[in-house]
Amino acid sequence: MVQINLPKNSEVQKGIYYQDKTGSKNIRKVNVYRWNPSDEENPRVDTYEVDMDNCPSKVLDILNKIKNEIDPSLAYRRSCAHGVCGSCAMNMDGKNGLACTKPHSEIEGDINIYPLPHLKVKKDLIGDLSGLYKQYESIEPWLKTNTKVETTEIKQSQEDRKKLDGAYECIMCACCSTSCPSYWWNGDKYLGPAVLLQAYRWIVDSRDDERKARLKKVADELKLYRCHTIMNCTSACPKGLNPAKAIAELKKMLATS
Amino acid sequence: MSSYKIIDHEYDVIVLGAGGSGLRAAVGLSEAGLKTACISKVFPTRSHTSAAQGGISASLGNMGEDDWRWHMYDTVKGADWLGDQDSIEYLCKEAPAAVIELEKYGVPFSRTDDGKIYQRPFGGMTKNYGNGIVQRTCAAADRTGHAILHTLYGQALKHNTEFFIEYFALDLLMKDGECKGLIAWNLNDGTIHRFRAHSTIIATGGYGKAYYSATSAHTCTGDGNAMVLRAGLPLQDMEFVQFHPTGIYGHGTLISEGVRGEGGYLVNSKGERFMERYAPKAKDLASRDVVSRSMSIEINEGRGVGKEQDHVHLHLSHLDKSIIESRLPGITEAARLFANVDVTKEPIPVVPTVHYNMGGIPTNYKAEVLTGNDSETVPGLMAIGEAACVSVHGANRLGSNSLIDLVVFGRAAAKRAAEIVKPGTPHEDIGETETEKCLERFDKLRNSNGENSTAELRLSMQKTMQSKCAVFRTEKTLKEGVDDIRKAYDGTESISVKDKSLVFNTDLVETLEFDNLIRQAITTVDSAYNRQESRGAHAREDFPKRDDEKFMQHTIAWCNGKDTKIGYRPVTKTTLTNEVQYFPPQERVY
Repeated sequence: MVQINLPKNSEVQKGIYYQDKTGSKNIRKVNVYRWNPSDEENPRVDTYEVDMDNCPSKVLDILNKIKNEIDPSLAYRRSCAHGVCGSCAMNMDGKNGLACTKPHSEIEGDINIYPLPHLKVKKDLIGDLSGLYKQYESIEPWLKTNTKVETTEIKQSQEDRKKLDGAYECIMCACCSTSCPSYWWNGDKYLGPAVLLQAYRWIVDSRDDERKARLKKVADELKLYRCHTIMNCTSACPKGLNPAKAIAELKKMLATS
Repeated sequence: MSSYKIIDHEYDVIVLGAGGSGLRAAVGLSEAGLKTACISKVFPTRSHTSAAQGGISASLGNMGEDDWRWHMYDTVKGADWLGDQDSIEYLCKEAPAAVIELEKYGVPFSRTDDGKIYQRPFGGMTKNYGNGIVQRTCAAADRTGHAILHTLYGQALKHNTEFFIEYFALDLLMKDGECKGLIAWNLNDGTIHRFRAHSTIIATGGYGKAYYSATSAHTCTGDGNAMVLRAGLPLQDMEFVQFHPTGIYGHGTLISEGVRGEGGYLVNSKGERFMERYAPKAKDLASRDVVSRSMSIEINEGRGVGKEQDHVHLHLSHLDKSIIESRLPGITEAARLFANVDVTKEPIPVVPTVHYNMGGIPTNYKAEVLTGNDSETVPGLMAIGEAACVSVHGANRLGSNSLIDLVVFGRAAAKRAAEIVKPGTPHEDIGETETEKCLERFDKLRNSNGENSTAELRLSMQKTMQSKCAVFRTEKTLKEGVDDIRKAYDGTESISVKDKSLVFNTDLVETLEFDNLIRQAITTVDSAYNRQESRGAHAREDFPKRDDEKFMQHTIAWCNGKDTKIGYRPVTKTTLTNEVQYFPPQERVY
């Protein structure tokens, strides 16, 4: 029989319970995944009682409050705090998103916070995105042009520029790719929605002269066709982009080329 | 400190920071065949350049006649004559080529009807030396910084730049007044790394997080500035902190000046477009210090909106829906998320919010760091971007002049390094003293078990800066600031770090960042206290006039612990070439 239980050292255990010390009447329980590579212990889920009367509206505000006022050892990435840098992507209430744009009022009951699914965890809520970054590199995300014009811009019609809308805005937070079951299984070979959206972004750029070669490069059983239109990516994207559609467009371009 | 294992690296050049300027420098260095490392505490596309919205200035003239000399005049005037005119000439003259280069790299600029780069009006950008508004700010909708940052990262990948990502830099390695590299802590595995280089380029951005309410990211802690201070070198013009007129009330999120560029305007509780009174010609598109001061006056005189009457409204619902959709989609989203406002129907509540540091590491227009003694440079050390004070922004930066600063001086630094450094030059031995000193500080902070949490001390610093060193300043508030900020500093003697581990110890990262911030906060408030005049972003109620005779000079401030030494050096009053004449000081009206 196949062993399908987690190995013993990966079983998530019940962690520390941090009781409220403020005496607030408006408390929410926040369960946070913890794992420290520096001790030999199993991952655990700590529970924090958080005073919501003095907490701004987003999940990141809760984490900052925990780190500032209850437990400074909690580790997570955060930077811009308004949804443009993509640092604080995590799994909240079972759904991937950016902690800085996710209102906690949208979550009912206890608030459960985990790292992005199916990544190696580096510590607490910090996942290892190096695989995804390597894949991003592999699609050669730069303009390839044979233009001889040097002193002026390469012209692009507003119509052609419009084709980049919905693709160039991607913040590489990885919410989509780490919500994709196909990527969970074949993340080493399947490029996943985030990287395919970027492949698409360069393929449809009217200024790029390597469209065919780029298309050929992604036309691969594993790189592209592991997408089974599950659509989790589109539902996960915190920027409202539609990677599933871009992948469908790629498939269509290949079918008609 | 032998308990820390040190991993050594040798490079021709290292770049610290992977935002717009750091990446542009790295690309140029790789192109020049120099062995280059780019070190960053965050993955490059997480850098705060991504938050720049409105655009990047360059006199392309795509939307009507323009001239780099007009751009230069606007920048000199915007800077309230504290900018160095040789550097400003360089910036404005190089700007068009730098934007064209970005476009060739692949930046998805918005387009005009005939397919050229779209340009929008921006504060302080005029034609014919202050006579009318010009459209000079090149935009990729309202996500220009994001588009540029991602594109530059792609270019760096194209050129096989070696990245060291999620490495936190601790200190510079100095020997006999020369910079020999730096020491960094690898957050991924907890190891300590010593990078040797013939040239070290600091591109660590600003230190907005010294304030309580800022558009800056959590990571904007000016680490490079603090490293320079610890190396015994000065920072320049630190009192000049830009308050952006339109940060979302209560949250601080940036709402681009591009909103006003596209026709949005500010309104007080009486429904008045009050900017007409303060800047009859430029109105809502006066430069940022002017607009922020006007808003503060409206609020102070009881014409603010809201329950507390402590902010004003930014209207854009009168704009064409298609313009909002195509040119301002990002701020539409931000207003919905952070102010719960539908911009097509309601105004955005806004308040002046800390946004940019004009001050920083003094450099010449080649990006070489200055010692503070005339034009003497520090061998082996360069600085670019918001970390640097070239000074092109002087006492007040114009909107969209920062993105152009990043790429023009990022490129200039790479060019200069390529002139100075011969690829593959061997590194001399520098001994262990500097390394020991750096690791002692690191180890002391890591093992501190005092009573003060980093978060409490940081909050106290931020509140002090916010209340004592804000839009309007007086002798009294600044003196209080000078004293109070030192209380926060003294608190570090008994700081506590709970997490003692070395892998992704963000408790220790934040403590090191606080240690960096507090030195810059001290330098800022002391520099402000000593400047007894009003110029650009530094508005003294007790000295309301600009005093060119005494203060048309850069402040130079050294900081050792909580002790500062303040000096001054003259502003450069010559241009770089004969293609333009020096612009002598004038009264600054918009």
